[in-house]
Amino acid sequence: MRDAVSTDGLLVQEMSTGFGKTQVLHGVTLGVEPGETLVLFGPSGAGKTVLLRAIAGLDPNAVGRVFIAGRDVSMVGPERRGIGVAFQNFALYPHMSAMENIASPLHARKLPEAEIAEKVGRIARLLKIDHVLAQQPRALSNGQKQRTALARALVGAPKVLLMDDPLRNVDAKLRYEMRMELPRLLRQAGAASIYVTQDYREAMALGDRIAVLIEGHIVQLDAPEQVYAAPASVAVARLFGDPPLNLLPCTPKVTGDGLTVRLFGLDLALPMAAGIAGRDALLGLRPESIGILGAPAPGAARATLTAATPLHGKVVLLLRTPEGEEILASQVGQPPETGSTVWFRPAPETALLYDAASGLLTLHAGATTEEAA
Amino acid sequence: MAWRDGVLRALRGIALTLVVIFFLFPIFWIFLMSFETNETVLRVPPTLTPHLTLENYVALLSGQLVTATGVMNITFLHNLWNSVLLSTCSVAVALILGVPAAYAFARFRFRGREDIAFTLLSFRFAPPLLVLLPLTLYFQDIGLSNTYVGLIWIYQLICLPLILWIVRGYFEDASPDIEFAYRVDGHSWWRAFTRIAIPLAGPGIAAAGLLSFIFAWNNFVFALVLASADKQPVTVGALAFVTASGIQYGIIAAAIVLSVLPTLALALYAQRWLVEGLSLGAVKG
Repeated sequence: MRDAVSTDGLLVQEMSTGFGKTQVLHGVTLGVEPGETLVLFGPSGAGKTVLLRAIAGLDPNAVGRVFIAGRDVSMVGPERRGIGVAFQNFALYPHMSAMENIASPLHARKLPEAEIAEKVGRIARLLKIDHVLAQQPRALSNGQKQRTALARALVGAPKVLLMDDPLRNVDAKLRYEMRMELPRLLRQAGAASIYVTQDYREAMALGDRIAVLIEGHIVQLDAPEQVYAAPASVAVARLFGDPPLNLLPCTPKVTGDGLTVRLFGLDLALPMAAGIAGRDALLGLRPESIGILGAPAPGAARATLTAATPLHGKVVLLLRTPEGEEILASQVGQPPETGSTVWFRPAPETALLYDAASGLLTLHAGATTEEAA
Repeated sequence: MAWRDGVLRALRGIALTLVVIFFLFPIFWIFLMSFETNETVLRVPPTLTPHLTLENYVALLSGQLVTATGVMNITFLHNLWNSVLLSTCSVAVALILGVPAAYAFARFRFRGREDIAFTLLSFRFAPPLLVLLPLTLYFQDIGLSNTYVGLIWIYQLICLPLILWIVRGYFEDASPDIEFAYRVDGHSWWRAFTRIAIPLAGPGIAAAGLLSFIFAWNNFVFALVLASADKQPVTVGALAFVTASGIQYGIIAAAIVLSVLPTLALALYAQRWLVEGLSLGAVKG
């Protein structure tokens, strides 16, 4: 995990907080460079919003240090941190117009009215809400509210931008649009951005890096492709991917081919380090790494196709082996007939192997220990 | 269907009329009485054609009531002024103390929060007479007996719990994120409180203020015991019309009509602040 001190961006050190006796964050440390977007990904209740609040200075129980552009702001109130926040529930001021909402950070700095109008106009045009500036929040659609909230967070050109799942409450079409627009907007803003989401696709689309937060711990902090290709633990693997990856209990052993597991009557040679041999393990197979064949072939096992569901341009296939195990596979194009017999071939080279006891990923034999830290 | 709708609407209209008559008739009767002399009021059976006269109002406003037994001085206008002063100041003090307290109860967690809030509420259901006697003695000792300050202080027992509990609910209903957003924008805590929290709880503050004004205005027993003639509000002042020569019903009715007017005017004025739903649409829809 990288935790080098970034002097220009945001650095959070050993952030812990809780409510009463419940500890919500356990010493979270992370850094975000200016212009970088770090996606904070995790299930609900993991502490994502709590972490954002702690960074913004809104959590009086927070213990830990926050540096913004090299300045220690741990003891500074939220109004003096120079942060832009887009709240999940928009948190617009209901008694002010959209214009006044967006202008609020500029009014706080007592800028001249002409400059405020100019800046608000520019950000409103960028977010395509310049035609609704005179309206009050209640007259805005959800999409316009969300854009107004985003405009308010961006208008003051903050050094740090925190976005708490801003696309959660907008419809699918707008979410898709914003997913396309946001990276450009964030790059223009040049802020060190943290973007909270529970949607792994959004995380992949927006994040320069992804921090996976589970139960108040950062369990993985990596490039999006890396988190997808090698989730650091079973918990991350379960969250990251739709359809979820297959996790199959197995006991690897060392044979002449190196480490192998026996599953579905197949011997699968794995590229992992042999240390896990003889212990209970879980083999993770991405649905898209399972090839579907119409006829028997070497390295393929027999199964019955019990269901096929279209999902995001793919078809998800539910397979049942003669032993009664259920496997998810996905493919592009017309699926075989439901109820027919198919053969599936797992690709052991992209498989993931987890220690069943610790839930942690077993590394490839050649991997260095540095990456494991 | 149209036929049944019509019948239902007619029945609803009749029911509403009955309810309105039931509740408004006493007020109408008092209003009528205020324009009659004591003799016509007390006539049995009552005359259906009223002999309207303005002499009750003239007596109240001029301060002189001429009766069979002689001329009686009336301090009604001074009592009315006392009522206005006591109620206004009590509500003002209760708002200044109660609104920030309600905010604290709604937003902050501290030891004994619910206990303190409940104790304040319990002032409302403790019988006033129970505390009045010791209070009278204490007030005499510390020189607060028969002073406006003392009465306004005691009126907090009426106003403060009402304001605290009503306004607290309104603060709790508003998302704290809205205030957080305002602070993150760069505004101080105090500005977030005055520019965001208070306007959003505005309807609640108006409702609580109006309600506690009415309760303070209608209070009788505290003022009866703790105030003498020159500090008495109208509620107690009306006792003066129970005279040796009989109860002055006409005057009392006129006094009631006049003393209802300020609260009525305030309620009509405050109505536009009582509009709810200002906070709707602020957070996710």
